[in-house]
Amino acid sequence: MSQAAVATAAHAAHDEHKLSFIRHYVFSTDHKMIGRQFLFLGLFMMIIGGLLAMMVRWELAWPESQVPFTSWIPEPYMYDEHMNPAFYNSLFTMHATIMVFFVVMPILVGCFGNFLIPLMIGTRDMAFPVLNMLSFWVGAVAGVIMLSGFFVPGGHAAAGWTSYAPLSDVPTYSGVDWGQNLWCISIIVLGVSSLMGSINYITTIVNMRAPGMKFFRLPLTIWALFIVAILLLLALPVLTAALGMLLFDRLAGTTFFLPSGGGEPLLWQHLFWFFGHPEVYILILPAMGIASDILSVFARKPIFGYRAMAFSMISIAGLSWIVWGHHMFQSGMNPTLGSSFMISTMVIAVPSAIKTFNWLGTLWGGDIRFTTPMLNALAFVSMFVIGGLSGIYMAATPVDIFIHDTYFIVAHIHYVVFGGSVFGIFAAIYFWFPKMFGRMMNETLGKIHFWPTFIAFNCTFFPMHILGVGGHMRRIYNPMQYDFLHPLQPINVFITISAFALGLAQIPFVINFFWSLFAGPKAAENPWQANTLEWTAPSPPPHGNFGEIPTVYRGPYEYSSPEVEEDWLPQNRRLEGAVARAH
Amino acid sequence: MLSWLPEDISTFGPKIDQLFYLIYYITSATFVLVTALLLAFLVLYRHRDGRRATYTHGNSTLEIIWTIVPALILVMLAFMSKGQWDAIKKNAPPADVEVSVTAKQFNWEVRYPGPDGKLGTDDDYQEDNDLHVPVNKVVHVLLHSKDVIHSFFVPVLRLKQDALPGREIVVWFEATKPGEYEIPCAELCGFGHSGMKGTLIVHDQAGYEKWLKERWPDKPAATAQAPITTAAQRG
Repeated sequence: MSQAAVATAAHAAHDEHKLSFIRHYVFSTDHKMIGRQFLFLGLFMMIIGGLLAMMVRWELAWPESQVPFTSWIPEPYMYDEHMNPAFYNSLFTMHATIMVFFVVMPILVGCFGNFLIPLMIGTRDMAFPVLNMLSFWVGAVAGVIMLSGFFVPGGHAAAGWTSYAPLSDVPTYSGVDWGQNLWCISIIVLGVSSLMGSINYITTIVNMRAPGMKFFRLPLTIWALFIVAILLLLALPVLTAALGMLLFDRLAGTTFFLPSGGGEPLLWQHLFWFFGHPEVYILILPAMGIASDILSVFARKPIFGYRAMAFSMISIAGLSWIVWGHHMFQSGMNPTLGSSFMISTMVIAVPSAIKTFNWLGTLWGGDIRFTTPMLNALAFVSMFVIGGLSGIYMAATPVDIFIHDTYFIVAHIHYVVFGGSVFGIFAAIYFWFPKMFGRMMNETLGKIHFWPTFIAFNCTFFPMHILGVGGHMRRIYNPMQYDFLHPLQPINVFITISAFALGLAQIPFVINFFWSLFAGPKAAENPWQANTLEWTAPSPPPHGNFGEIPTVYRGPYEYSSPEVEEDWLPQNRRLEGAVARAH
Repeated sequence: MLSWLPEDISTFGPKIDQLFYLIYYITSATFVLVTALLLAFLVLYRHRDGRRATYTHGNSTLEIIWTIVPALILVMLAFMSKGQWDAIKKNAPPADVEVSVTAKQFNWEVRYPGPDGKLGTDDDYQEDNDLHVPVNKVVHVLLHSKDVIHSFFVPVLRLKQDALPGREIVVWFEATKPGEYEIPCAELCGFGHSGMKGTLIVHDQAGYEKWLKERWPDKPAATAQAPITTAAQRG
């Protein structure tokens, strides 16, 4: 660890006194403000992505009927409130694109990565504060480009968030012109933002840890963010390259993905999923780290198997590079290759199993407090179990023949990304809100948000497994066009009603968030009696975070330690006569 | 839950369903176990005044057990899957009947070889969306696409295969029950994706011969059977 870097950052902090409004709230180089900016970007986009999903659900439950509240949407997207199938394709494409690239990544990686890394490793800011500011603003530009696609002739991208060529490659195939181009450009720009962020995270974690903060004293959230930064650094450029090729095909007349000109459609899928599978872990690993930390805090118990947890995340990250082909079993890829991808995919389930059992081990013998962050972390664990187990069906190639491209896959991805990542996001927001904004969120409203969300989530996504088993294809606009899907239609109606309930269940969260932001009770420095370093800084921490850089004597999970009377023992508390322990 | 599976009328379908059931039992048991433990721990170890959590950092024996047991189960599933996967997608039995299916936005173009048993000759017959096959015969479908990627999905056969522009992919099946079944496209292929569907018409032997005779009235039934011999010899 570099003392020089710490000293520089400290200098920067002392230089800060009264910043103008613009330098403080807009073009801020403070990692905490940038974290908050990413949070607001992500929450804003979540509303848009959620509303798109509501329209998709309406169409599936009551196909080709009038969609309420849509009279303002012009032709040719809606005809007299009836949805055009091409517009339907745009809706689910943009729902997924926004949720993956502009909600889960900005919040879990952008917001919590920025906010937590310097605070949890005990330093004053990121290694490259200006690069950090650029990372947010480049990301915001990507968001504006992405949203602008809704307003161009031909509508927004409609080839699915996976944008398989040649459908995405030739405007006449999809009927979409600049929508798809802007989609590509936006994600290329977002890739630049993510690259700047990941370099910053890696450099900061490697070089700027507080004295005594060894790698194996890092909280698992930081381990997860560190691993994710490495995945981002290596995966995003592959997507950027593929998107560049797609743009060239569309605009410059090349034929990378077009067989008519000697190109190969499967090349797109290989490049996309070579990025796409690490991406899935980019979405879930931070939530795993966050859930581990929160479970330990509220079980008042050390995390069970700290090293096993860290190593299982490392092995997930390593294996994530050799499993991409499991998205392509039915794509026409050589079936022998399919078998090798099946085996690597089965193997990657093992570290996830290890993590689940360790979470159970953490709860065993605890002294469990059911706070809102804890409830959301527990929801993360139980929903991730379902999402993980349903993955085994797809890994088994013969079963995948049937369930590939059905609602079984849709159920699986939502158990992982909503049940996993989004409950992780809620847990993290409830947990770190006091540190972020200096005020407590309301526990009662938190529970009024949690329980309906948890129930409506399961009512929405669990029945999708049944649709999948019944053979219901993904991405169809009207299930009633198929005789064999008629018996499943009542399930579609049930899912849609549950999805609306799930949407409404977010209202208490929005109220709680904004009410607490301005009128919540002032938060103490360490309201949860947690061990990690961010809780030794004031709430909210000032520019520069710590008065004096803390020295770390032990790991982050010393809860209920016999060495002290209280049931927590902060990482930086020096115990007289006690030997600092490695754990 | 698996009672929602569509009817199963292919020779390899029951094997897929068996594996589906096996994984269903294994994952359900795991889910019940994990959830029961989770709930039990939440109840047993909820906060009580004067309670202090057990101070432990883990247990190596447990870590080894819960690494090895899932690994063994998963590797077992992988090997069971591999055998069936190879039988379905790699080692097709010799064809009794060959037919070409070309996907295009938004239809399945079905081409029959006719009495000479060869595709691409004058006596070929082509129509959109209706795929006539005999029951209890091995059918090879030569899949192509004219534009984007489509996916040939026959739920009752447990068969799905993407059709790619620029290549020919051969899939096979043997239907065990006459009837009419839907062939939806399972890969997003544009604004008409929803509703792109064909019909698989599985004829009993007499019905199939009658269909051949209606289609190629000039040829004797024996000649109409020609594709069976040629394809089998080639296979």
